[in-house]
Amino acid sequence: MNINYNFAFFDEDSKREIRRATLKAVAIPGYQVPFASREMPIARGWGTGGLQLTLSLVGKEDILKVIDQGSDESVNAVNIKKLIHLTTGIKVTDQTAEATIIQSRHRIPEIPLQAGQILVLQVPLPEPLRYYEPSEFETKKLHAEQEYSGAWLMLFEQIMNYKTLATGADHPVLVHDRYVMAPSPIPRFDNPKLNSSPALILLGAGREKKIYAVPPYTKVISLDFEDYPFRVESFQDKSCRLCAAKGVYLDEILDSITGETAYQCNDTSYCLQRLNGRLVG
Amino acid sequence: MGYVAVKGGTQAIEESIKRLKYERLKKGLVLDCPKIESGLRCLIDQVMSESSLYSEALAAMSIKQAEGSPEEAVFLLRAYRSTLPRKHYSRTVHSEDMVVERRISASFKEIPGGQILGAAYDYTHRLIDFELIEETDEDAINWVREFNKESEVSCETIDLANLPKVLDYLREEGLIAACANDDREPDDVTKESVQFPTSRSERLQILTSGQTGAVTSLGYAALRSFGALHPNVGELRIGNLPLYVDNPFNEQNENKEVEGDDEFKDEREDKDAYYIGEIKVTEVETLFPTSVRKENGQRVIEFGLGYGICYGQNETKAIAMSILDHCLEIGGSEYPTHNEEFVLMQIDSVESTGFISHLKLPHYVTFQSELDSVRKSRKEGSKINEH
Repeated sequence: MNINYNFAFFDEDSKREIRRATLKAVAIPGYQVPFASREMPIARGWGTGGLQLTLSLVGKEDILKVIDQGSDESVNAVNIKKLIHLTTGIKVTDQTAEATIIQSRHRIPEIPLQAGQILVLQVPLPEPLRYYEPSEFETKKLHAEQEYSGAWLMLFEQIMNYKTLATGADHPVLVHDRYVMAPSPIPRFDNPKLNSSPALILLGAGREKKIYAVPPYTKVISLDFEDYPFRVESFQDKSCRLCAAKGVYLDEILDSITGETAYQCNDTSYCLQRLNGRLVG
Repeated sequence: MGYVAVKGGTQAIEESIKRLKYERLKKGLVLDCPKIESGLRCLIDQVMSESSLYSEALAAMSIKQAEGSPEEAVFLLRAYRSTLPRKHYSRTVHSEDMVVERRISASFKEIPGGQILGAAYDYTHRLIDFELIEETDEDAINWVREFNKESEVSCETIDLANLPKVLDYLREEGLIAACANDDREPDDVTKESVQFPTSRSERLQILTSGQTGAVTSLGYAALRSFGALHPNVGELRIGNLPLYVDNPFNEQNENKEVEGDDEFKDEREDKDAYYIGEIKVTEVETLFPTSVRKENGQRVIEFGLGYGICYGQNETKAIAMSILDHCLEIGGSEYPTHNEEFVLMQIDSVESTGFISHLKLPHYVTFQSELDSVRKSRKEGSKINEH
């Protein structure tokens, strides 16, 4: 039994179904569009939502970059890149600026995205209201009625308990003044990059069977209070131990020999490009 | 030096995949797919049922590749299923048309057509048969020859393709509420994602492809304590169902579905359609005593129904499915087993194993972000203490 897979794995009808949902998502920024969500050769929870988006969009001319938590070489990134390359034969790259489609798990690259690029974010939990409302039937109603007091209350309770907003990654955002959206667990550091992005940002949740989008130049605001403003992770006075970059998202690394804490660019391709002198600044 | 800390994942992954292949091959023996098909019938049935893809050959191949892990084998088949375009729908399958291999009722001793035990582990002692270690292919061939000789002597007098349903008897007596025929096109959960509240067709599809262990556990929970339902198995039957597709060049036949009564059976077969093969299924109908208020306000007890059906011989799963089907039909918020979001969203093998295994992926960025919040809150906390 010898079987050949179609270009980009799926049969063409499946791709079309995903693109239809994607178009609807672009038309209603921040709204979670249900879609059938096929099972993929990689595991649910490992980026199948993003992968389906990428496979439905990819053409023979596309150049693909895949990152996982900032790294082009992490398990998940390698795995997904390999599968897409295997079923399409398209060119892959590490360079953010060169890519036409960037699939990412939990990071927006440091190099600003450009018009014409598509950023595909992998989403584990698309529902920003799930924390306080376990039922999907109920959260759908809350979104429809724009009833978001729970989301504000959640933040308010954090301030009451900890005197500060205590969200980690996945700090909820308000999209186009209408829908509260989970930005996928990108760090708060990346939230501002969603606002008025020149690139199309698509978010895919495979296991939860949802696609949503932030179209180019859409207003995206992180939820906060006037007296407790939204703050990104602080890496004040810290810089990358390799390329000396400041003002980027840093990984905290414990030196096993000296026992000291050091910092390093989380975006590995950005760091490499700086080290190789291809980026200034 | 700098490059080392930044890069280096790809090669390690390649080596890990090689190592996995080594684990499968290291003893120098490979499993033939036909041997898997012939010797691992129950695993094949379980895997086909959880994958919702009926192909013994593909299931055997997946089991081989997955080294017998049902979770991995199901995963392989589901991913493969995603690449298959949906070209035809079969005609409605009527379980009355089953060529029965096994059929029992725990509710009535004497059922029209009789109890047919067929093949089941139920009547065996679970003692390891140490002689199997010596068993050869030749032994198997000899045994089967003897068995066939024996079977020829006892001639079958029952028409196994025309056995009446046990529940029809209760229906005639009016003990089961008559339900109207629902010929609406079923919602297809592989084409549209599930929205709540669900339709029954969606529930049945999700239950039948649920992970065997998960369906069994939740069914058991409903039986044991959460609602403490104790159903009766009205009928459990296992056998083959013929599948037909309409002649794709003559589609006007398509909507002329004839009623499921036996007298029309020949008519169904004679229509312009192609026989494309058969599937083996386990079908279960369970009975739940339910109290119903009549129009005059008086309470009477009626039987409520639960329905379970699975690819292959998967009896425990099919019975558990019928319990859960009944629980979700009643609904209510008292027990999690009656809550459709709780049951339906957690029982899929590919979804649950996938999300749990994703915890092995690096979470450096998200953890760093949490760390930042933890530190910030501690700073704020110590500030308060100082005051």
